[in-house]
Amino acid sequence: MLNGRTAISLRDGPLPARNGRAPGRRCAREQFLCSFCTQKTPSETSAKGTAAAIVITWSVRLICRFPMDFRTYDPEKGHFYDEMFADLGKVRPEFQALIDGINEMPEGTLAARQSAAEAALLTMGVTFTLREDDGAERIFPFDVIPRLISAAEWRRIETGLTQRIRALNEFISDCYGKQRAIEDGVLPRAMLESSTGYRPQCRGLEPPRGVWAHVSGTDLVRDNKGEFYVLEDNLRCPSGVSYVLENRQIIKRTFPRIFEAMSIRQVADYSIRLFDTLRYLMTDRVEEPRVVVLTPGPFNSAYYEHAYLAQQMGVELVEARDLVVSSGYVQMRTTHGLERVDVIYRRIDDDFLDPAVFRDDSMLGVRGLMGVYLNGKVALANAPGTGIADDKAIYAYVEKLIKYYLDEDPILKNVPTYVCSDDKDRKYVLEHLEELVVKATDGAGGYGMLIGPHSNAAQREDFAGRIQKNPRGYIAQPTLQLSRVPVIVGDHFEGRHVDLRPYSLFGHDIYVQPGGLTRVALKKGSLVVNSSQGGGSKDTWVLDDSGEQA
Amino acid sequence: MLSSVAEVVYWSSRYVERAENVARFIDVNLHLTLDSPANRGPSWEPLVMITGDHKYFFKKYETADANSVIQFLAFDTEYNGSIISSLRQARENVRMVQHVLSREMWQHLNDLYLRVKTEADAEHPSPAETSTFFDSIKLAGIHYEGLANATLSRGESWHFGRLGRMLERADKTSRILDAKYFILLPQVRDVGTTLDQIGWTALLNSASALQMYRQLHHVTTPDKVAEFLILDRQFPRSIRFCIAEAQKSLHEITGSPLGTFENDSEQALGRLRSTLDYADIEAIMEGGLHEYLDGLQGNLNEIGEAVHRQFFEIQD
Repeated sequence: MLNGRTAISLRDGPLPARNGRAPGRRCAREQFLCSFCTQKTPSETSAKGTAAAIVITWSVRLICRFPMDFRTYDPEKGHFYDEMFADLGKVRPEFQALIDGINEMPEGTLAARQSAAEAALLTMGVTFTLREDDGAERIFPFDVIPRLISAAEWRRIETGLTQRIRALNEFISDCYGKQRAIEDGVLPRAMLESSTGYRPQCRGLEPPRGVWAHVSGTDLVRDNKGEFYVLEDNLRCPSGVSYVLENRQIIKRTFPRIFEAMSIRQVADYSIRLFDTLRYLMTDRVEEPRVVVLTPGPFNSAYYEHAYLAQQMGVELVEARDLVVSSGYVQMRTTHGLERVDVIYRRIDDDFLDPAVFRDDSMLGVRGLMGVYLNGKVALANAPGTGIADDKAIYAYVEKLIKYYLDEDPILKNVPTYVCSDDKDRKYVLEHLEELVVKATDGAGGYGMLIGPHSNAAQREDFAGRIQKNPRGYIAQPTLQLSRVPVIVGDHFEGRHVDLRPYSLFGHDIYVQPGGLTRVALKKGSLVVNSSQGGGSKDTWVLDDSGEQA
Repeated sequence: MLSSVAEVVYWSSRYVERAENVARFIDVNLHLTLDSPANRGPSWEPLVMITGDHKYFFKKYETADANSVIQFLAFDTEYNGSIISSLRQARENVRMVQHVLSREMWQHLNDLYLRVKTEADAEHPSPAETSTFFDSIKLAGIHYEGLANATLSRGESWHFGRLGRMLERADKTSRILDAKYFILLPQVRDVGTTLDQIGWTALLNSASALQMYRQLHHVTTPDKVAEFLILDRQFPRSIRFCIAEAQKSLHEITGSPLGTFENDSEQALGRLRSTLDYADIEAIMEGGLHEYLDGLQGNLNEIGEAVHRQFFEIQD
């Protein structure tokens, strides 16, 4: 699931008066379930019966009728970069067809389609539970208005990501190999060896086909000029691609005519490409490699995705208890005895892979797995040790590393980063805590993070102490102003902040899935796109100008 | 296939079948209630007795009436054998093995569970009003089986699913018969009356057996009904039919020919199959129907345990 990542760190500018919202009416989307009905239904307040609440809210919503178009949508030019509208009433020309299509829909249709989309998500079981909420199930909030990316914008992202992933792969390989970049002074040795993502057990490892990060999910953000930046590389076990695939399924049913009329790059072949990428790792050693997906189990928040990908690829979904090392191979326990496994798409962290090599208290791993891996008798995707490149202090060196390994200028920029282990940077950070976003270098999911502009003095003091105590553990970045896109809010549209996570596969070549997961902070003014905090998703449409139909 | 996955597939279809059958138990009693003169409706207690969990029931509920028994059997989330608990377990299971089942099966089951949960949270002014609900659970169970038949290749997943479903169905048919026999026979004053006919009709109905029974027999007698539900060779809910289907799947999984055995589960299932093939209803009734069904349920448990040992237990 998508909890957990993004540390988007931006501040809302001054907000001009809103249009179209009568005082006293409230949009139930802010309560998560209902995005259209402006009345609160009694069932939503009852503590029990979420399923009932969901059903009832829908039925109420279906009878809501209101005119809805983009004529009143205010992109608030000057404060934000709106991806869809250049100014009030001025849609960016390549996106005109979508806006016209929606404006032309008969009254009430959009609301009904949004409801139908949510009903479909519930049926598909694309839900998550919040513990504090009595285990009630909720769908991952979804806004049907697609987020568009032009063909030209996408070409830049695609070449930029390809370049970056190639360089990062070289880098990881170098870290566990000759360490040229360190010898040549590009990266300080201490920086590498002090990283919590560094796995000395992987020194000398040569992974099958020389690839380390087979699957990555890079977090991109745009600033208030529309410029794309890489926020995180996510080279370990990025999740969320199942939402991209499910969202697309649903949106094709939601806007069939608009979808058909616009030329949109397809995403559905991801599972086949993933399977090919995984198989490729062992096709030089085994005739028909057997691929499995290794999951920590049903209690993992991304379990839905693990099961989904296994299903889409037509391979077994296994847990550690299904696997055993025997006769020098990794084998799985079947109804007809043990059977060999050749490629493991593992969705558990390095630390838990093999209790004999990494954390010895791991219940999720397979004893002896690393031994088999080092003997080349099984492939792991991603390879252990890739977390080194997810270290946020090492991230600060990625532009240099691209130049060093590829002798190319980086196409996609890093967000400027102050590395607190550097004396000069640390001094600056400590003096400017109020403006900066501070992150733990091994943090994920918004943990260990300070958003300066939203912080109070006590929090800043706490972080100043932490930084001084453990400078290697922290970095800081300026607060970016995130781009926005329109979402449905009650009976009208409003701008909300988004990020983008495209997924890339690295087998014999690098493939970047066109689009990726758009996460949107549904709460007004919010910068947090996490699903646990009012974040949702949108389908991402990459326009195709090659004449090839989706 | 993976042992752990086979186990989950097997149990998911058992749970759905179980939920469907509990709906059948309740449905038949609701119909009897509607068709009986006031104050002479059927007892609800036997429904609790046949679960074997009557001690648990009486700890939690004071009396066994329509309201408490329906709450217990259908909606009690703390009771493992209730419809809602069975479906919850089935759903959690299928969620884990979606990759070997079809998307249609998952979505259907997911919807079904959510629907039952909604019903569980709703107010029911009168138990009789829930009748259409239980009818719909019955159909939903059949729908699930239909989806398995229409969307799955006849590989191990399908066979483990059918094995589980058929063993569960055999057990539940025996319990429906046992319970109704218990309810219907003690009312000696009613034997041969309209009310008695209504009772047997309701029983056949709860096993979706009325029409097929009528095509074969025009009168309704306890012996004929018992014979039909235990020994009929062609009716898909009869115990003999279920056991024969279960046996086919078991041998498809192992690959050993029917009529032979290579492990405990094949032996136990084959033995039961043979005794059913050569049984006659007179002997069964003479020895006592209840005793016979009790023994049969014991055999089914043994088979279940043997299947577990053979396929699901993890050995290195």
